Amino acid sequence: MPGDTLITSENDTDIELDFAGVEDFQENHKREKHYGKRRNGDRQQNKRENQRRKRSSKSVQGIREESQSKTERRERSRRRKGKAEHETSGHEGNKRERDQTRAKSTKSKKNIKNEKTRKLEGKEDGEAQEKSEKGKLKLVCAKNEEKIESGDQLKEKEKALGVKKKKKRRKKVVETSSEPETSEDGDDEEEVNNDGEVRPELLSPEELEKLKEAVDEKKKLIQSLRGKPWPMKQKLVTLRESQLFVEKYEGALGKGKGRKLYAYKVMMTKKWMKFQRDFENFKTACIPWEMKIKEIESHFGSSVASYFIFLRWMYSINMILFGLTFGLVMVPEALMGRPYGSIPRKTVPRAEEAGAMDFAVLWDFGGYAQYSVLFYGYYNNQRAIGWFKFRMPLSYFLVGVGTVAYSYMVVIRTMARNANESGIGDDNSFNFSWKMFTSWDYLIGNPETADNKFASITTSFKEAILEEQESRKDDNIHLTRFLRVLANFLVLCCLAGSGYLIYFVVRRSQKFALDGLENHSWWERNEVNMVMSLLGMFCPMLFDVISTLENYHPRVALQWQLGRIFALFLGNLYTFIIALMDAINLKRKEEKVVKYNITMWEASLYNGTGSENSTAPPITIHPADVPRGPCWETMVGQEFVRLIISDTMTTYITLLIGDFLRAVLVRFLNHCWCWDLEAGFPSYSEFDVSGNVLGLIFNQGMIWMGAFYAPCLPALNLLRLHVSMYLQCWAVMCCNVPQERVFKASGSNNFYMAMLLVILFLSTLPAIYTIVTIPPSFDCGPFSGKNRMFDVIQETLESDFPAWFSKVFSYASNPGLVLPFILLMVLAIYYLQSTSKSYKEANVELKKKLQMQNEENKKKNKQAALKAQMDLEEARKSASQTAVHQRNNNDSVQRREDDEEIDNKNQRMYHGRNPSPSVGNREPHFPVRDPGPRNAHNGNHGNPRYLPGFHQQSEPRMCRVPSLERH
Amino acid sequence: MGNKQTTFTEEQLEAYQDCTYFTRKEILSLHGRYRELAPHLVPLDYTNNPDIKVPMALIVTMPELKENPFRDRIVETFSEDGQGNMSFNDFVDMFSALCETAPRELKTIYAFKIYDFNRDNFICKEDLQKTLNKLTKGELTPEEVTLVCDKAIEEADLDADNKLSFSDFENMISKAPDFLSNFHVRI
Repeated sequence: MPGDTLITSENDTDIELDFAGVEDFQENHKREKHYGKRRNGDRQQNKRENQRRKRSSKSVQGIREESQSKTERRERSRRRKGKAEHETSGHEGNKRERDQTRAKSTKSKKNIKNEKTRKLEGKEDGEAQEKSEKGKLKLVCAKNEEKIESGDQLKEKEKALGVKKKKKRRKKVVETSSEPETSEDGDDEEEVNNDGEVRPELLSPEELEKLKEAVDEKKKLIQSLRGKPWPMKQKLVTLRESQLFVEKYEGALGKGKGRKLYAYKVMMTKKWMKFQRDFENFKTACIPWEMKIKEIESHFGSSVASYFIFLRWMYSINMILFGLTFGLVMVPEALMGRPYGSIPRKTVPRAEEAGAMDFAVLWDFGGYAQYSVLFYGYYNNQRAIGWFKFRMPLSYFLVGVGTVAYSYMVVIRTMARNANESGIGDDNSFNFSWKMFTSWDYLIGNPETADNKFASITTSFKEAILEEQESRKDDNIHLTRFLRVLANFLVLCCLAGSGYLIYFVVRRSQKFALDGLENHSWWERNEVNMVMSLLGMFCPMLFDVISTLENYHPRVALQWQLGRIFALFLGNLYTFIIALMDAINLKRKEEKVVKYNITMWEASLYNGTGSENSTAPPITIHPADVPRGPCWETMVGQEFVRLIISDTMTTYITLLIGDFLRAVLVRFLNHCWCWDLEAGFPSYSEFDVSGNVLGLIFNQGMIWMGAFYAPCLPALNLLRLHVSMYLQCWAVMCCNVPQERVFKASGSNNFYMAMLLVILFLSTLPAIYTIVTIPPSFDCGPFSGKNRMFDVIQETLESDFPAWFSKVFSYASNPGLVLPFILLMVLAIYYLQSTSKSYKEANVELKKKLQMQNEENKKKNKQAALKAQMDLEEARKSASQTAVHQRNNNDSVQRREDDEEIDNKNQRMYHGRNPSPSVGNREPHFPVRDPGPRNAHNGNHGNPRYLPGFHQQSEPRMCRVPSLERH
Repeated sequence: MGNKQTTFTEEQLEAYQDCTYFTRKEILSLHGRYRELAPHLVPLDYTNNPDIKVPMALIVTMPELKENPFRDRIVETFSEDGQGNMSFNDFVDMFSALCETAPRELKTIYAFKIYDFNRDNFICKEDLQKTLNKLTKGELTPEEVTLVCDKAIEEADLDADNKLSFSDFENMISKAPDFLSNFHVRI
């Protein structure tokens, strides 16, 4: 009921008045006690004031009936405060209150205006019921007037208070920013009423407590203001007033010693808030490419933008990886390690020196690039380097492990967060409503995208309708089945073929490598990478063509497509790795030979000089001339770097040719072509979200795999991502058209993340395998001379930590402890898994229960509504009957005509609970309502009402129920 | 445009930041956007809170709203007079409620108001039909529209009054997976 809302607001105002009037209250009491005589008007006002206060304060006697009921209602309204509606009105009143207390010059006029506006709002709320509630409204008006006066009164009190505060300040010499203002204001306006009412009394603790509560409430209000569904104007006004209130009274809080502390605390919180806000501003300003992504989002909808957000996320991860490898491995080695040319592993061999600076060689990461910090082989096995004894090999190892660990952590964390966000889905109970209310993507700002969205929404509705009608005819199930099998067979052939091709090419390239790369053409040298990139480019297109055979629903088709591309990439990567393993084994054989040769060579060297004296200065041989092993680690690193480079190049070139050139051709040749190029065959390309995401994921997988052997990989990848961000943004905006089928991106996020996790696992697997099983090269890299790479840990433990520590460690690492520990972990995993399973089951169970409850509620509500309707009818009947009786008494002429009707009514009356529908149509002449049914209805309904004006609707609805039933 | 500090006082900016989900930069750029709509109407200097309203016809030409089938309703809902004439305050309010960081509760309230075409605080069948026709550009047959509306009401209506009250709507929306991701506008 609108009256309700009005009254509630009134009550809320009262609360605020109480808070504000707390101080005045005591003041007032004292005043009355000590100074009996006051000016007449003043006293009158005081009386009213007191009435008001009596309501709030129980210490004051003579609580009137009305005020008591008001207190109750106020309590109720306070309880309901969470509801926006009440809050709205509450703060409305609050605003008014602040106006009153704050008023410095005579503001009664303004107050009245405020009242009016508020009343107006109330009227708006209660348009429908206004007439019937007129009496109530009048009452409210009267009250408001009273309040205006009391507001004036309050103002005076305020002045007094200001002076009082001033005194207090003088006494205690405590200054807060707000207090001087207050007291000065008080000073200014003290002219009339301040004969001698200044009292240096202190506030009692309870009142202080109350005030504090009020201040806290205001603070909370300020914080939650942005989430309120009010118009901005109101928010601003409320904000200003709340801030003023807080500022004014904050200083009055706390006393004695605590006071200073309190003021200090308040100041610090203010400063802290300011800092936080500035920091927040700074942080958002620091997010890169936000504007670009927003622009794309508004043109292409959220799914295309999700790719760029994913790209940015990837960029941030690579930033960290780069920071780790660059800061802890590359820079220390470059700055503090031995300089270039000091030892063989840091020097270009004599044979390669001639062409070491050629661009072709450098582009292949040979020559000087190979013998630099970019690759594993350059690092020295010196335990500690530089003046602060940087443990280089250990750092290298730990960074390698740390990058992988960090990546795992980030991916899993993100997955968990995404799962939390999308945990509510997968229940189809609101299929149509959701389609209706949440399918439009508000981000779309491009006409073409909008058209596509309209089309896709229409299709989805049609599909849903078809499903609903369950009349979907399957045209030829056998043909479809056959086609699907055929398609899968074709795809498998493609996969197998591409795998074999890669294996073949890698084997061939090894042959070339054995022959010496110089004798072969550019193509033969780069065959592997080129073939891999080309396969990655063309196979997805092939799959796309094949998938048209299958006739799947687009969403299912997309998943198949993604799965196939994933399989292709994975197969390619693993064939590549297996071929690489072969290469490693070859190199290791070669290494053995070289090692033997070197010992021979050294022996011959010493023998050749004839000097038997070993202490004599050794013959100086230029490090470039020293024979060396093949260093398989560097070879692996180089392979990966080349792969990344060629992959990047293919991506960019495809982008330029496939998108840009195509767009240019279509755009400009369209004028002189025989068919419409834009609408017809080539048209513009769409942005392929899934393919791009997959490419990104695999690229990342290669980084993870190769980063251990080529510390420069994260840096390269960072560069690549940076460039592709700009390039792809540009390409999307200038030469792509929005997708025809717009899919929601939200659901697939975790799908991509899961892929990333799989790739991460699969790419760390070979890296870990090589680290653990293959002994490092004898003459290059930070681990040279050790049996296994992880021996560096052992070494550090033994030499850098106290003896007891290594002892403890050796105990801890013995199988007797490790095995039980692993067992324990397995048990823990099992336990957690089973609990999560049971939670899931419980979840499902609860969902079911909830649904049943909902159904039940529906039924109950229906019944309650029916009952309420009947009661209403009854009441109406009785009312109209009495009316008829009255009329009968007054007007004897019409008696005869009326007789029938009376009988009718009487009958109905006695029949009681079964009103015929015709009665429902009767206009309710008398708004007599029985409170009983309404309460019952409300109780059964039990739903929170948030929207203002909701209450107005309950009555018409009650009338409407039976009429709907008739349908 | 509008990036000069003189557009707003420091206090105004703080107040706007308190009342919205925007940073100061965004508020300034919002003002720029607002001014772009009607350069002759809207002054650069907003320090004295001029009472200026931009009519709906201009507001809906913004690229953010241009393609939205519910643009008129959005603008009407957020304008203080209900007619679609927006002051800068309404303008900021609109984008604050529609921005990414606004909570689900707030968005739900405004979404309800937007879809409540006849403003009777219920989403009834006519509202649903209007929504559906706007969403599909009227490409569904009347029978299909009726069917979909009936189904939607059947699904979401908890108190069996054949229309959706706010609590019905809230209950339905709170479970929708795409609501938050779709019901926002970037500015």
